[in-house]
Amino acid sequence: MVSIRTKFKGQSIETYVIYIILILAALAYIIPFLWLISGSLKSNTELFADPPVWIPSEPVWSNYVTAFQQFPFWLYFKNTLYICAMAILGGVLANTLVAYGFSRIEWKGRDALFIVVLMTMMLPFQVTMIPLFVLFQKFGWIGTFKPLVVPAFLGNAYFIFLLRQFFIGIPKELSQPAKVDGASEFRIYWQLTLPLSLPVIITVAIFAFTGAWGDFIGPLVFLSDNKLYTLSLGIQQIMSVNDPRWTLLMAVGVSMTLPVLVIFFLLQKYFIQGITFSGIKG
Amino acid sequence: MSSKTDRKNLRNGLLFISPWIIGFLLFTAYPLFSSLYYSLTDYNIINEPVWVGLDNYVKLFTGDSLFYKVLYNTLFMIVVGISVTTVGSVFIAILLNNRRIRGLAFFRVVFFLPTLVPLVVLSILWIWVLQPDNGVLNTILGFIGIEGPGWFSSPFWAKPAFVLMALWGSGQMIIIYLAGLQGISDSLYEAASIDGASSWRQVLHITIPMLKPAIVFNVITGMIGTLQSFAESFIITNGGPDGSTMFYSLYLYQNAFQYAKMGYASAMAWILLVIALLITLVLFKLSNGFKAEE
Repeated sequence: MVSIRTKFKGQSIETYVIYIILILAALAYIIPFLWLISGSLKSNTELFADPPVWIPSEPVWSNYVTAFQQFPFWLYFKNTLYICAMAILGGVLANTLVAYGFSRIEWKGRDALFIVVLMTMMLPFQVTMIPLFVLFQKFGWIGTFKPLVVPAFLGNAYFIFLLRQFFIGIPKELSQPAKVDGASEFRIYWQLTLPLSLPVIITVAIFAFTGAWGDFIGPLVFLSDNKLYTLSLGIQQIMSVNDPRWTLLMAVGVSMTLPVLVIFFLLQKYFIQGITFSGIKG
Repeated sequence: MSSKTDRKNLRNGLLFISPWIIGFLLFTAYPLFSSLYYSLTDYNIINEPVWVGLDNYVKLFTGDSLFYKVLYNTLFMIVVGISVTTVGSVFIAILLNNRRIRGLAFFRVVFFLPTLVPLVVLSILWIWVLQPDNGVLNTILGFIGIEGPGWFSSPFWAKPAFVLMALWGSGQMIIIYLAGLQGISDSLYEAASIDGASSWRQVLHITIPMLKPAIVFNVITGMIGTLQSFAESFIITNGGPDGSTMFYSLYLYQNAFQYAKMGYASAMAWILLVIALLITLVLFKLSNGFKAEE
């Protein structure tokens, strides 16, 4: 009896300790966010005050208004949105086709070629970056959105992998009758496989969006015209001038993060699935 | 299966994957080999490449002292950064994977949120969190009587500052470890409990070995991510102070697009590729692939 009681007591102390550690860690994860939001609502004096101002005495909401007016926010926003839309469209269209070919049709050499797909995931972007720049320049694509948009329609190894894993799990019995009836592969892909695969398609769309939304090195290398800048690149360009208006930059930063957070909260399940899938089956 | 169906399937299969084939040939295979060719030339984009043999490689290893510094900085981020994030995220995942802990969904969201922040915003955020004088971290350290370092402005503390950023952004790893932990059968722990094994011993002898495939996966992807990491150092420190945050991809970018030394940068790119392959192979060999331990 005594031993059971001490054991129980020991466990509950352990539970408290775990809670304390988790709450402290959670605070450490949340505070930087709050610091950014607080900074975006400070006046310039408050921002540089030492000791720091935790909560702005009078939130300067006009930082947001000013930022949207001074910074070519809407232009950069429109550019970013266009690239994201293309990334989603291309990401879903091309990769579902490719993944279908790698999973629902049996042909010689398929699995060997799929290993090549997986291997390209390991290839650092820096290795192909310079020749791509030269190639795009020869095509006359530098100074247009094409270097960021066209590749999105030509397959992405990670998305192919995610979709293929899902397609493999669809029972053969579902597509067999259609095949016997003489339906073309494309019809089976379009009318049967895609509707069944909505969850993984949403996952791919989300990752295509967040990837393009926050991409920095792509726009930096390939978009030479400042009329084409994305939000990421635009913010960085403004940061690199002397003595930038930090409070305004923070306001833009908060505004740029918000859409991603909203999508995450609406579609959390798909995010988590997409990530665990790669980690466990990888 | 008749050979006629085989042929039809082959044709259909190739047709379906044709976007990838085009993309692979045009945007992966061709650039890969032309970068090998460029690495053997002197090339500034404006003039045609001039063949120089192995000169760029020789110069990198014998005539560029910054290159060794870059290698050291990058190795530091791989070894220290990945160790810290791995220990940190496994630790948090183990704490979260506890039946008696409520609010798992809440904590999971909190730890995942930082991974959603765009890199540029992440950079702004950390510049201000780590301000030496009135940043939030040094202020909190001040409360407990520690005088915080200069972080991004200190040659010694700038790399640890990037490690902190990596730790804050390791939510994906936590999610993967959590999924791995949830796959471990309870019976293993029950048997260990009956044998009187402490929680710590259970973690050491059951959890970690069972989690090994996920750890190997995260370490390899983390390593490749670290080798490619660019935006944060480009935006926050641009390699400074005193070259202490000049990481591999940053130096490569500078050579290519700021000094127009495309050949030299291409040689760096190929060395990067070889390094990534070597580390992956070694990790694979050491860990016996993705298999969980018996």
